[in-house]
Amino acid sequence: MASEARENVVNPLFNNNPIMLQVLGICSALAVTTNMMAALMMSIALTAVITFSSLFISMIRHHIPTNIRIIVQMTIIASLVIIVDQMLKAFAYDASKQLSVFVGLIITNCIVLGRAEAYAMKNPPMMSMLDGLGNGLGYSLLLMAVAFFRELLGSGSVFGYQVLAVANEGGWYVPNGMMLLPPSAFFVIGLMIWAVRCWKPEQVEKPEYQIHQVHRTETL
Amino acid sequence: MEHYLSLFIRSIFVENLALAFFLGMCTFLAVSKKIETALGLGIAVIVIQAITVPLNNLIYDYLLRDGALAWAGLPDVDLSFLGLISYIGVIAAMVQIIEMAMDKYTPALYNALGIFLPLITVNCAILGGTLFMVERDYNLAESAVFGVGSGLGWALAITAIAGIREKLKYSDVPDGLQGLGITFIITGLMALGFMAFSGIQL
Amino acid sequence: MSETNVKKGWFGNTMSLPNDDPRKTLLIAVLLCLACSILVSTAAVALKPLQQANKENDIKRNILAVTGLNQQPGTLDELFARFEVQLVDLATGEYADTDIEPTSFDQRRAASDPSTSIRLSSAEDIAGIGSRSNLAPVFILRDGDEIDQVVFPVHGYGLWSTMYGFLSLEGDFETIRGLQFYEHGETPGLGGEIDNPRWRSQWQGKKIYDDNDQLNIRVLRGFVDADSPLAQHQVDGLSGATLTAQGVSNLVNFWLGEYGFGPYLQRMRNEAGVI
Repeated sequence: MASEARENVVNPLFNNNPIMLQVLGICSALAVTTNMMAALMMSIALTAVITFSSLFISMIRHHIPTNIRIIVQMTIIASLVIIVDQMLKAFAYDASKQLSVFVGLIITNCIVLGRAEAYAMKNPPMMSMLDGLGNGLGYSLLLMAVAFFRELLGSGSVFGYQVLAVANEGGWYVPNGMMLLPPSAFFVIGLMIWAVRCWKPEQVEKPEYQIHQVHRTETL
Repeated sequence: MEHYLSLFIRSIFVENLALAFFLGMCTFLAVSKKIETALGLGIAVIVIQAITVPLNNLIYDYLLRDGALAWAGLPDVDLSFLGLISYIGVIAAMVQIIEMAMDKYTPALYNALGIFLPLITVNCAILGGTLFMVERDYNLAESAVFGVGSGLGWALAITAIAGIREKLKYSDVPDGLQGLGITFIITGLMALGFMAFSGIQL
Repeated sequence: MSETNVKKGWFGNTMSLPNDDPRKTLLIAVLLCLACSILVSTAAVALKPLQQANKENDIKRNILAVTGLNQQPGTLDELFARFEVQLVDLATGEYADTDIEPTSFDQRRAASDPSTSIRLSSAEDIAGIGSRSNLAPVFILRDGDEIDQVVFPVHGYGLWSTMYGFLSLEGDFETIRGLQFYEHGETPGLGGEIDNPRWRSQWQGKKIYDDNDQLNIRVLRGFVDADSPLAQHQVDGLSGATLTAQGVSNLVNFWLGEYGFGPYLQRMRNEAGVI
């Protein structure tokens, strides 16, 4: 039991990261990763929503009629998102201004619905909650990593503190403007996938079609 | 008329939901291995977008907006905090209704598009389209145009990337980048291309 | 059977039906909606005062920042109380004669209502705002009897979003004191540099009218040539954000111009005897 709980939390961090392996929840990851503060806020908001939505959905899972399943899940998720949104507006006004519509888009973040559908509908509440927490943290980890590179290279700072002295304020580092534009998030995530798969080769996808098989030295 | 035309073109190219705002990326990356399926999903998105954006516009204008309930004698009621839940409710219900209607009346179309419909509820492009409509304060006619245009733009983007990925099968990609990794990088390059449209005033 | 019915009652009975039974489906749907709506409304109602206060404080803080008053000691409300708030009828430039409380006037709402706004044609609408409210607030800071500064709310379209901010003029109605945005969705680090204090500080001291009394103030592409006679009417562009900078330039011109606060400025300058 204890080890299963641990698995549920730790597994999504590296072995089965929701963004890197399951291709879920990418939209928001791109828009809010230009600075680490916004990414942190988004991570907290999403982790809270997914943890509680998994808990509640799992609690009533025996009573959810199959044909209105999706709407029931969406309603629970949407209510939680509205509450988080209202909380942010009340207690973290600046952050809520920065995140704007992207808090609302947590509703359609596929990680949340994906975990509800794949895990919470079939497992007891505590386990589902931990599964939600684990996936939320996996998402946060990747989000923070992307934000770290984008903020460091794009504005020379980390969490708003200047680390690299920027050229137009008399330093040596000329910020890379492209890192602040959305496409760079794709490049960063793509390269991170590459790095993780070199570290854990079992995650490598099999190519659909092999060309030059003869020339390749290693066997796949 | 000219105004609507420019809104239409802008929502397809300049403000492309997939490549300029990065909405609907999960489905965009997951269902773009084949042109045919991508096209099917694209059409489904256009249809849903064309229906839900104007519908949500009506709901926003006559029920939720600050002071919208004046016709019911309640001018001081502001229900805008219910926005998110109503929009997603409308989208989920619409998807379900269209699915059932298609199943009953046009089984051929249902067989082709049916499997994509549940995916659409969680496509942030659809909810995003509605949220943009609210934020930019479009009227009913504008939201209809914007709905069709933005759906078309998304469909265009997913078909384009599916085309690239079909060809990509035959290229020799480093092991670690195989599949998902290279798709991310290609999407990044496509997005860079689409940035050329940004800021064009029509 | 009837015994268990009595024990469980109608509710228990419905709940023990198979999940796909329409009656149970309906019951679950109703219960869920009820539970969620109670939660959501409680949160919304309970947090509303806090949110409202946040919003108002944010605007006050920005008005203080644009006038430089935030450097002085005192709480937000004390400092803000030094401003006199008036509603201006933009078409005539006179102070509006209405019952509306100027501090609670909601310009965005007024602009979206056709009865309290005018629709701008695309030639008039250089700021890209679509329609403009008939009234707009101004925040006047007096030093004794003399007007020290006047703060105007301004907004206009940048690259991605409408930018909302405040523009402050000195009491001569010609020299810019400051420009500050409190809400925008421009690219952080590029267009978002409109928030950069170094860039903002350039606006201070710029003149909005040239020798012929024509409105002349703009954001350049690139840097201002300090030797140019026009330098006092120009501000450096933002590298990598030409369109955002253009948007700022347009919105300043719009709001100081004929369809913005132009008539009001004209009147105030006449009264002050500047022209």
